[in-house]
Amino acid sequence: MKKLFSADRRDYILSFGIVIAAFAIVQAMILTGNITSSLKGQLVPICAYIVMAVSLNLTVGVLGELSLGHAGFMSVGAFTGIVVTTVLADAVPLAPLRLALAIAVGGLFAGVAGVIVGVPVLRLKGDYLAIVTLAFGQIIMNIVNVLYIGLDENGLHFSLLEQKFELAEGGKMVINGPIGVSGVSKLSTFTAGFVLVLVTLFLILNLMHSRTGRAVMSVRDNAIAAESIGISITRYKLLAFVVSAVFAGMAGALYAMNYSTVTAAKFDFNTSILVLVFVVLGGLGNIWGSVIAAALLTVLPELLRAVNDYRMLLYAILLIVMMLFNNSKLKERLLARGRKEVE
Amino acid sequence: MAFLNNLISGISLGSVYAIIALGYTMVYGIAKMLNFAHGDVIMVGAYVSFCTTSYLDLPPLLSIVLAVLVCTALGVVIERLAYKPLREAASLAVLITAIGVSYFLQNAALLLWTANPKSFTSVVGNGSISLFDGGLIVSHITLATVAACIVIMVALTLFTSKTKMGTAMRAVSEDKGAAQLMGINVNTTISVTFAIGSALAAVAGVLLCSAYPLLVPTTGSMPGIKAFTAAVFGGIGSIPGALVGGLMLGIIEIMSRAYISMQLSDAIVFAVLIVVLLVKPDGLLGKRRNEKV
Repeated sequence: MKKLFSADRRDYILSFGIVIAAFAIVQAMILTGNITSSLKGQLVPICAYIVMAVSLNLTVGVLGELSLGHAGFMSVGAFTGIVVTTVLADAVPLAPLRLALAIAVGGLFAGVAGVIVGVPVLRLKGDYLAIVTLAFGQIIMNIVNVLYIGLDENGLHFSLLEQKFELAEGGKMVINGPIGVSGVSKLSTFTAGFVLVLVTLFLILNLMHSRTGRAVMSVRDNAIAAESIGISITRYKLLAFVVSAVFAGMAGALYAMNYSTVTAAKFDFNTSILVLVFVVLGGLGNIWGSVIAAALLTVLPELLRAVNDYRMLLYAILLIVMMLFNNSKLKERLLARGRKEVE
Repeated sequence: MAFLNNLISGISLGSVYAIIALGYTMVYGIAKMLNFAHGDVIMVGAYVSFCTTSYLDLPPLLSIVLAVLVCTALGVVIERLAYKPLREAASLAVLITAIGVSYFLQNAALLLWTANPKSFTSVVGNGSISLFDGGLIVSHITLATVAACIVIMVALTLFTSKTKMGTAMRAVSEDKGAAQLMGINVNTTISVTFAIGSALAAVAGVLLCSAYPLLVPTTGSMPGIKAFTAAVFGGIGSIPGALVGGLMLGIIEIMSRAYISMQLSDAIVFAVLIVVLLVKPDGLLGKRRNEKV
């Protein structure tokens, strides 16, 4: 007899169910006031980091290339998103729609940046590829840091290094060099973040289980074998890289519109590394692992607030211990015993 | 003359990068891992030197020796506790552990020495030599840095080519399994590599802070990233490559700061790196490895 749902499909629906349930629980907690304000402030960043981690997992886990500059794409998306919301402030009065447009355009621009970075980067291999993504991340941060964008009745004005334009009466600066952006309208909500997480999960999981996704994985597992059966390595590498950049850009736009001030320095090397930590701890290629790791590790420093001064130290120790445990014989033994008991 | 002055400060900064890059390159060559905590060992070295001179009033030379000893011990301990259990694990797992160690060192330093910047007194004083009627000024620390870099390079080259331990290092970096079959103790060799790398980091930390005297717990991270870039630039795993990469990076950085843009100097450094890697994908002096099916 044919089963109604295959095991895969059942897992898939179950996983989405768990995410939706988690959202419902958190919403209930907000409504009943059972949530600390610091945790409440973390909800949108958690969603943004989940999207970041899932998208980076596409590059690192599914494509198998280490990227150390993912925050660069987040930055592109964040600042494009802010420009879009400022420009459309009057044209599109509906806040959620404006947010959606900002996220979409942010993703688009990050995707363009992904193509620009990806074409040269993907010719390299291994650690050299990693260092070049790091370099691009730094370059993006540096350029955004000296970018001046102003808006007045004549439209947008751009300049690099210093403010070279005069704004007409009633105009305002959108991005002000190293000072960054201030007075952003906080459009991001937990619901918007949650919708973005769902869309991202749906699209990326479907991509992974499609012909394209399998082609990307074959490039990871054995590039030469993949090429010999007619898979274009460059094409699939670039595809995965750009898709990953697009989602990072969307996450960036969501993240930026949760704060009233944003500077380029927020999307530095440490942010790239933070997201990479989520991906590796969650398991390479394991999308749900990334979701859980991103959510837990963003909340963890908050939970450690009781030991305020020592919390980042504890975070570091936990990180090391988790990595050691993950690769230790102890874990294998425990898993083996667990399996035996099940039998 | 201004150009020459800039060139000299470029060489000085480049020498520091080269010394740090040597630590990266040696560890990478032998353990095949990116030791992200290396930059923070620099910071620890600088703090040790700072504390011994400011609080204990020890002479600068002794403070350097102490910094080297502490960092050497620290390097070996880090390797034993955090990296050795992961010898067989995926390289990414080791990378994340190294990041964990880096966070640990930064936050431990934050607790020990607080976030307030410490002003580091130069170990060779603030004197300088002026040449051509003051047209060219070379500070003592510049001379000391370049001299230290040359001494370290020569010593390391001799060490790796002439001594038994050095030969063992080269063997392990070539083929770990075969080296073990030849009776080389791989674990000891890796520990010695970490010890040397961390000792160099301590020296680099003292030199760096003597030239740029602001010391905070994150002092090491940016020079660490730059030096890592320098190592890749020159061809990671190659000792002369680290020197060439470090010097080039230092000179490019200072020159772009002076002639192009202060704020964009980092972007320019990294752009040059990208161009170099696109033309020579294994770095300037790196070995080309052909992939076989």
